[in-house]
Amino acid sequence: MNRSGALRLVPVYTLLLLAAGLTLLPLLWMVLASFKNNEDFMGSVFVPRDSDGNIALGRFTLEHYRTLGGRENFLRPLINSAFLASVTAIGATLVCAAGGYALAKYNFKGRKLCTGLVLGAMLVPGPLLLAPGYQVLHTVGLLDTFYGLILPALAPAFGVFLFRQAAMVSVPTELIEAARIDGCGEGRTFFTIAMPLLRPMIGTFLMITFLGVWNNFISPQVVLQDSDKFPLSVAVAQLRGTYYQDYGLQMAGTLVSIVPVFLLFLPLQRDFVSGMTSGAVKG
Amino acid sequence: MTTLSAKRVAPWALLTPFLVVFAIFTAWPLAWSLWLSLHQSYGPGVSTYVGVGNYSSMLADPLFWLSLKNTTLYTLGSVFIQLPLALGLAMLLEMPGLRGRGVIRLVLFSPSLVGVVFAAMLFGIIFEKRTGLLNQLLNGAFGVSLDTPWLSTYILWALILASLWMYVGFNMVYFSAALQNVRRELVEAATVDGAGPVDRFVHVVLPAIRPVASFVVLLSIIGSLQLFELPYLMLDVAGKPNDDGKTLIMYLYTRGFDLGDLGYASAVGWVLGLVLIGVTVVERLIARNEAEGSA
Repeated sequence: MNRSGALRLVPVYTLLLLAAGLTLLPLLWMVLASFKNNEDFMGSVFVPRDSDGNIALGRFTLEHYRTLGGRENFLRPLINSAFLASVTAIGATLVCAAGGYALAKYNFKGRKLCTGLVLGAMLVPGPLLLAPGYQVLHTVGLLDTFYGLILPALAPAFGVFLFRQAAMVSVPTELIEAARIDGCGEGRTFFTIAMPLLRPMIGTFLMITFLGVWNNFISPQVVLQDSDKFPLSVAVAQLRGTYYQDYGLQMAGTLVSIVPVFLLFLPLQRDFVSGMTSGAVKG
Repeated sequence: MTTLSAKRVAPWALLTPFLVVFAIFTAWPLAWSLWLSLHQSYGPGVSTYVGVGNYSSMLADPLFWLSLKNTTLYTLGSVFIQLPLALGLAMLLEMPGLRGRGVIRLVLFSPSLVGVVFAAMLFGIIFEKRTGLLNQLLNGAFGVSLDTPWLSTYILWALILASLWMYVGFNMVYFSAALQNVRRELVEAATVDGAGPVDRFVHVVLPAIRPVASFVVLLSIIGSLQLFELPYLMLDVAGKPNDDGKTLIMYLYTRGFDLGDLGYASAVGWVLGLVLIGVTVVERLIARNEAEGSA
């Protein structure tokens, strides 16, 4: 890179770093707020100060985290979220992988119809199902249960579609034929031959679903009544109602809800992004 | 013989879980919502037939129109403010010779891991009048009043700003993947032919990223039309009724779950659903026409 080229990049770096700074600033502010008592929250923007206006790092406090761990028993929603997100992610991945593989790799009567069903179902907007979905859960007696949250989320049509595309590209038909000739059953072929070949899509889809459930607010808000069953999304929103003036506590609860997914997903960001964009760029 | 029949049964066995869940939790509620939308209900148990009454009272309800207006303005804001910024950032990020690209992309992308509820918690406090980060910063830098009411008068701007934080990096990632597919030789050839930066952008880059761009526009519109958590948490908790930032889904939620009229909520759902389907179909048609035009 010659000097004029490097100079040309200075404004580029400036703008990008500005954008990165503006992205991180709210997060940094939240972290600091979660360690400040309410007096310091009101009195300082970032770092707490003493009465003379000097920086006073000693004033940072764990009181909000103590409240969360003790009085609010935030471990409960944390476990609920982890449970709901992992069970749904694993279940939906199995259901969608099986369906997508069947549509991609079998010639059967009704294949066109089923594919059309999947494509049509992708068009059905979520909000349309909110009120009647509640009615259905009431009828089958699944309101206020984990089943009422997990079961409806097990078969997203776009998941079947994604796995159908993936199976068409990455599971060679000759391999399935060869397995059949060797006497391998259809189910075993799916689990031992197709699934390993679908691994990249399985990874992406597990992540998308886990994140989607973890961050979902409206479904648990509508379905659950019993506060012992609340996931973090609902429990955190309750904090805002209960401790309206207690900003530090609200920020601590929010931080506790965000940190696990950051720890889980930031290292995998590259796969996540490539999985996310592969469909769009090719399509 | 057994293998033949196994081969015939297997696809159905594999599809059964999907089909069962689809039938119970998509097809059934979908059909039911049509029926429901013609009824007034009081909780999930009781309902009376009202014909198109739900639809006509919706059209007569100023709150419905306010929600529609807010949702539309927010969507326009997202598309016309956020997407150009995302494209701009992507173009900066894809400048040849740039170092630290991965880290910057990671930072800008990270807010899209944060759920909307959690972002709503964060921004609900950031936009507070005296103690919020935004007013503190604006006051410090430009002397803007500490009482600037982001959560009432300027709620739409607050929503657009918060969603900018959440999604600009996410959209940037799509654009930057598309830009990587723009052939360098094409851009260089255009430069040799004397095309300036604007010409190169309009005639070389833009056509090349068009399929991705239209996909991102579609995602943004669909997502924006379904905005809920952000205004719901930012507005409703203070206990003061505030309709400034009410969106269509909030309207649906209030009617269906606060007031218990699932019939009316279903009718709202159909209006919103048809808009969403309409947007998707129009986008598909445009995309197909373009694909045929360029082929």
